[in-house]
Amino acid sequence: MVPITTLHYLVVAAALFVLGLIGVLTRRNVVIVLMSIELVLNAVNLNLVAFSRMWGNLHGQVFSIFIVVDAAAEAAVGLGILIAFFRNKETINVDEIDLLKW
Amino acid sequence: MSYFGSQLSPGVAGNQLWALIYISIIFAGVSVAVMAMNWLERKALAHFQVRLGPMRVGPHGLLQPIADALKLLLKEDIIPAEADQFVFWIAPLIGLLASFTVYTVVPFGPSQAVSDMNIGILFMLGVSSLGVLGIVMAGWASNSHYPLIGALRSSAQMVSYEVAMGLAVVSAILMTSLNESGTGTLSMIEIVRAQQQQGIWFIFKFFPLGLIAFVIFAIAMVAETNRAPFDLAEAESELTAGFHTEYSGLRWSLFMLAEYAAMIAVSSIAVTLWLGGWMRPFPNALSAPAWEFLFSLFPALTFGGLAGIGFLGAARMPSHSFFKIQRAGLAVFAALLGLLALLLLVIAIAGRNADNSIAARFREGIDYVYWFVLKVAVFMYLFIWYRATWPRYRFDQLMKIGWKVMLPISLGVLIVTAIVGVIVK
Amino acid sequence: MTPGMAPVATPFFFYLLSGLAVLGGVLVITRRNAVHSALALIVTLLAVSGLYLMLYAPFVAGVQIIVYAGGIMVLFLFVIMLVNIERTAKERQFNRIWPAGVLAAVALLGLFVSVYVKGKRLFPDSNLPLPETSNTQQIGVMLYGNYMFSFEIASLLLLVAILGAVIMAKKRI
Repeated sequence: MVPITTLHYLVVAAALFVLGLIGVLTRRNVVIVLMSIELVLNAVNLNLVAFSRMWGNLHGQVFSIFIVVDAAAEAAVGLGILIAFFRNKETINVDEIDLLKW
Repeated sequence: MSYFGSQLSPGVAGNQLWALIYISIIFAGVSVAVMAMNWLERKALAHFQVRLGPMRVGPHGLLQPIADALKLLLKEDIIPAEADQFVFWIAPLIGLLASFTVYTVVPFGPSQAVSDMNIGILFMLGVSSLGVLGIVMAGWASNSHYPLIGALRSSAQMVSYEVAMGLAVVSAILMTSLNESGTGTLSMIEIVRAQQQQGIWFIFKFFPLGLIAFVIFAIAMVAETNRAPFDLAEAESELTAGFHTEYSGLRWSLFMLAEYAAMIAVSSIAVTLWLGGWMRPFPNALSAPAWEFLFSLFPALTFGGLAGIGFLGAARMPSHSFFKIQRAGLAVFAALLGLLALLLLVIAIAGRNADNSIAARFREGIDYVYWFVLKVAVFMYLFIWYRATWPRYRFDQLMKIGWKVMLPISLGVLIVTAIVGVIVK
Repeated sequence: MTPGMAPVATPFFFYLLSGLAVLGGVLVITRRNAVHSALALIVTLLAVSGLYLMLYAPFVAGVQIIVYAGGIMVLFLFVIMLVNIERTAKERQFNRIWPAGVLAAVALLGLFVSVYVKGKRLFPDSNLPLPETSNTQQIGVMLYGNYMFSFEIASLLLLVAILGAVIMAKKRI
């Protein structure tokens, strides 16, 4: 079989990225949109770690740790916003969250 | 078999056959240990409450776990009507997976582990935090109020105490870096080796810092496994058994198996990080061959003592015809334990020299495993003791302790350990 | 390299893990039930953690399991249980302009594929094996050395996120 090269990992990361992008653009449920964002961040992480291995140093891995930290913070804040909004309008569909003030 | 001579665990040596053998031994051992814990819990709780516990099924209730297992297997498998079938089915499996996968890195000896990952302790903490997912899904999939509240409370508690647990573990890892080369390690086997090189168990190091870190971990691990006094989420009087209310028969036994296996796993973390793992007491101070021989007799003496207790119990049974079978059964069990003691004595005597013969290596391996299992067994008994003695914490008290008491103390211990470590160097 | 560091059956594990990851990704964006999506995302995260292990990044793999699969996904499941309303199960799950979204994403995928096919020599096959023995220590040295400033900012970010999430989710400020 073909030996596994960096390109294989990049293709997997691209696939995950595109799947996450489709999720963000097409789903109506806010929680699933947030989960698709997590998919996108994971794809980016995979890319970074694959390149870190290709170049042979650890900068990519260190930066991917920062991205994990950032994803955690963003998920927490995003879900906090969702809960605050849900308390006011009783909906979790992005189509219906369309007024700046009501 | 080329693996026999190497001093590496099978995972590191790349030997798949022996890795599989170790995995099966560990799996069988943990299952037997869970059944023994079930028996011990009921007997010990009963004796704490001045009653006898199960006495009928075998002599002194020794066959009670088998009867329980049979009953659970034969029970009807009830699934709530509105429950989410797939998630209901998979929740106990996730809990079981999380509890059993950690045994890949538990070090029973310097080469008696399935695999020595160099992120061993990180792996154990991470995989045991996957158990929370099983609980959350079990509570949600039951589609009923008590399980949902129980699952939310239980998972909130586990997540809170994971933080204190992680910080206590980090302060122990800091102590591994106080050797000559200045490098610490996350590998479980190397942590015990670091304690061996520094000549002191980490619980006694920088007294009282090691002790405080150990106490924080001991409290956090009780809360992590939802055991008393932190078992509000599954207490019968408050929440009708919490997240596993709707599970019956075999599924409930999977949860129980996962809980006991998680107890043994976190106890083995505590033993490895603070209590010296597989090392016998005083390996450096009392290292003369006579002391080595004396300490190597301990496994045989332990089983001999157990056999003696068994024979004493058989002798004290009432001499009525109804008790003939029980008396004979207990005598046979004690005789089996005595035979095991004799076998261990033969191995200890045959391998008493420190040469590399088969008998010596066998003896060393058995000693390592024995001391490790003894220390973990002490923790298991402590779990039962806590359950019998202490009243339950209310949930808000529990969360207050987790965040306002344990977290600052463990952070303080970590900082002071780091400062003292730098000063000492 | 010492025995045991040479990877065993690498193509098999790579295809297994990446297949699981992509399958999990597809399930995340197509399931009607949010809990099923969360479960699929957990599968994806664990598979990606396995891919990190294959890329000689054990510390990042451990961090992924602890933080992502054991922390963030528990948070997601909590929130799904809190905002679970019955009527979402019967509504449509994709919004009205979904063809445009899929088209844009497929166009991006086409761009990726063209870049990877044309620039194949930019991604050399020579995988320099990183010494695996002290990966954690090297990451620690780098984190507290080169990336010290980013480290402090990341901790500040986490503090802000904790405060923000607590305040926004409270019933009364």
